[in-house]
Parts: sequence; structure tokens; C-alpha cells
Amino acid sequence: MILETTQQALQALFAGSVPADEAEAGTPRGNGVLTRDYKTHGYHLDAQVDANQLLAAVTILDEGGFFIESITGVDWIKENQLEVIYDFSRYDFDACRVVIRTRVPRDKPVVPTISTIYAGANWHERETHDFFGIKFAGHPHLVPLLLPDDADFHPLLKDFKA
Amino acid sequence: MSAPIQLRPDETFLLNVGPQHPATHGVLRVKMQMDGEYIVKAETVLGYVHRMHEKMGENRTYAQYLPNLSRLDYLGALGYTHGHVLAVERAAGIEVPERAEYIRAITVELNRVASHLFWFGAFVMDLGGFSPLMYAIQDREHILDMLEAVTGARLTYCYYRFGGLYNDVDDDFIEAAKRFIPRMRKSLKKYDALVSGNVIFRNRLEGIAPVSAEMCRKYGATGPVARGSGINFDVRKNEPYSVYPEFEFDVPVYHECDSLARYKVRMDEMEQSLRIIEQGLEKLPDGPIMAEKKPKTIKLPVGDYYQAVETARGSFGIRIVSDGDKNAYRLKLRSPTYSNMHLFDEACEGMLIMDALAFMGSLDLVIPEIDR
Repeated sequence: MILETTQQALQALFAGSVPADEAEAGTPRGNGVLTRDYKTHGYHLDAQVDANQLLAAVTILDEGGFFIESITGVDWIKENQLEVIYDFSRYDFDACRVVIRTRVPRDKPVVPTISTIYAGANWHERETHDFFGIKFAGHPHLVPLLLPDDADFHPLLKDFKA
Repeated sequence: MSAPIQLRPDETFLLNVGPQHPATHGVLRVKMQMDGEYIVKAETVLGYVHRMHEKMGENRTYAQYLPNLSRLDYLGALGYTHGHVLAVERAAGIEVPERAEYIRAITVELNRVASHLFWFGAFVMDLGGFSPLMYAIQDREHILDMLEAVTGARLTYCYYRFGGLYNDVDDDFIEAAKRFIPRMRKSLKKYDALVSGNVIFRNRLEGIAPVSAEMCRKYGATGPVARGSGINFDVRKNEPYSVYPEFEFDVPVYHECDSLARYKVRMDEMEQSLRIIEQGLEKLPDGPIMAEKKPKTIKLPVGDYYQAVETARGSFGIRIVSDGDKNAYRLKLRSPTYSNMHLFDEACEGMLIMDALAFMGSLDLVIPEIDR
């Protein structure tokens, strides 16, 4: 039930555009909402949005009563892109895991912070900044969380050399 | 006569709790801005035991990564290794024999009881009662002995394999587990009589450190922290995995939102874990403990996979992004204590420092699991 309403609400962000093909995650695909097989993937909805649609998408989930699981990044060095992945889930028995992803160019990795909507995004965004150097515009305190205070390296980038 | 020394009413000072402080149970540091005994603002500083497990996940094959998972949470390690094998099995489409899944559930629940026992002892010790820790460790010792006999390790287990287990349980283990259940039930009664009604204990916890359900949602708190705030959420029930649908057990939920509620949740959970172990031993089917059809080198199909499990501390999630190689392209560990600890900064504002330390204890922190 919540799955359909959330899917429709997210789909509305892409008014006019065609839904993305059933391409495997891991290869670049267009923005849009996909339903995934929970049995094989472990989540129900997979939405790729533009960085400027991010706050709208997260607001939909906030209003839908979702809680934040985590935020992380992936370095797609071959496509010269960085991906930020947001995981959301629910406390009730209407199981619905939603993954929101957005891709930004590797040389200018900036996405808006969602810590204004979910306070718990604060640490997750700092951690993602530590590991990937992704900047979260508007973040109140974007300093290293897990890495040393003076760290100027981003160890999960694929071209990182220790 | 000189005037008595007094703090100016508008004057605050900075207090450093940790990184080496017994109340933090590990290397965690909290910077606190204090107004007398009251906390004005707190800022948690992490990273003292950060080891970059996620990078290791990219450098090792899935099987080589197995031992890493038990180095996150050294008190309830089996739950974490369970999450990893389930994630890989889900992506690779490996069917696990029923006996193996039953043994996994039994051992995970034993480990959960061991973890809660240690937490119970340490928590009461934080509040000034020393002897419950000794009792709790004695009971936990029985569990560790049992697990050592089947898994070969006492804390850092590497027992599960993709498609099954590394070792079958023997009759000794089953006998020992059967003997353990009534003994543990007796102990739980003893703990309840010893601690739960103690007036000092209750005054330190009752109505202290309220964490609302909405706060849990905004921070993504799970496990006993969320269940102490009236949220009926347990991954074993909400997103059933393994053989948990086969068991009858309840999810204890308390609505008081205070530190005492979080205590009660964990104490009740031990009884529920015993119920699962009891049923598991009764129903334990015969058969193989390893899948027959299993590739020698595991390579996952291209894709993005997620698996959540309920560990002793809450919902642990593992995300594997695969590019088809024998290593993960990206491996993300979502640790429950990380989110549970995150709400500490906001929740402890305006609290007395002693209450905040009791609150910290009620969150059941394991620092290597936060820092990864």
C-alpha cells in the first residue's frame, strides 16, 4: 500500500519524462523510479534523481513516515561520476525499503544536505565527505568524523593511493 | 574573610568525557559544554578505533572478508556475520539447507543473550552496583563455552559460510544448550529481584533521558532504543529472514521512552531469545549443513544488494555493490549503534551529567562498531 503511494509520489518528480529502463543498478541509467525484487535485492523502490530534486524526494519520504537508514557513496571512476545513496525504511509492518540515488560529476561533487530534514543525516554526510570528498552544501559542520582532523585524503575513491 | 568562590551565572566551561573513560566503554569522546552540573551542549567525537573495514571489503574476496564482520561488534559478533552471509547468498542465489539456518538462528540468539548479559552487568556497574556484573559474566561464560565448542572462537567468530556452516553442532552442544535454558531463566528472575526494583537504580533511570519516537525516526534509531520508545520494530518480524518466521516469539515494546524502558526491553528480550533457542533445538531438522550447489569462487552478478538483520544492538545493514568481480565494488556497513549514538548529542541537552552517563549506558554502545 505505502509502496504504491510512495512510488506515485516519487514518480511525480519526473513528470513528462519516461520511466527508466529496467537496467541493472551499477550501470548508469536515467533518472526515474524502479521497483526492485525484494527477494534478490533487499529493497523495494529504487529512485535515481537529479541533485536538485533530492530535497523534494527526501521530503516525500519524511512526510511518508520513513526513517533514515544510512547515506553512502560509490565512486564510478569509469563514468567520472560519484554516486550518493540514501537508504530509507519504515518502522511499521508495511515493509518498504526505498533507495534514493543521485550522481554528481567527479570534479565537482556537490549535493544539498538533507540534515535539515533528517537530523540523523548529519553524521552520515560527514562520513561520506570523509570517504569520498563529496560536499554537502548547507551542512552545518562538515569536518572529518571518522578520519583524523587534518585528513585531506578520501580513502574510498578508486584512485586513492595509500 | 574572602568571598565564597562562585561561578558566574552566565559562565560555562568545557568538559571532556573520554576518549579514555570507563563510562564510555571504549574509546569514545564527548565534548560537553557545561553549566555547573548541567549539559548545555554536547558534541561526540568519533574515529579513535576507525579501521576502514569498508575499504577492506573492496580489497578482499567475499569469503576473505568473513572474519572482518566479527571485529565490528565483539559482544554480538554472530549477528553481523549472519548479515554478510545472507547478503551474499541473496545476491548469488544460494539456497541454504534448513538445518544450517536453524543452527544459525540458535547460535545468533545465544550470542544475543551473551551480549545483553554483558550489557546488563556493565550498565548496572555504571550506576554503582558491582556484583550483577559478576553474575552476568558467569552466565555469559556458559554461552561462550558452548559457542567455543562449535565455532572454535569465543568472541570473534567466523562460523558461517556462504551456503551453510563450517562445522555441525554435536550432541554435547544440544545437551548443553538444553541445560542452559532453565538455568538462564532462573538467573533472569534473580536479576530482576536483585536489580529491577532497587530504589537507587530506578531513581537514576525512571523518567530520565526521554527519547521520543519522532527523534528515533529522524536519527534512524533501531533495536532496543527504538523499542523503548514505543516503536514496535524488529527486523526479525518486520522483514523476516532466515528461519525466524518458524518461531513464536514476542517483541517487547515499552512506551515510557526513558532509560528504564530501554533496560526493560533488553531484559525481556533475553527471555524471548531463550524461547527461540528452545524451539530451535526442538525443531532442529537433520540433514546437510552445507549447500550442495555452490560455486567455488563466489562472484556476484552486477547489481546493488542490501540485507538487514536484527543484531543485539539494532538493525544492521550491509550493502554490496557488485561489478561482477570476486571482490565487492563497494561494501557499506550500516551499524545500528552509530545511529543510536547520534541522537545522544541532541537528547542530552539540559541533562545532568550523571543522568547523561546513565543514558549513554542505556544505549548499549560498542565503539568499534560505531567507528568500523
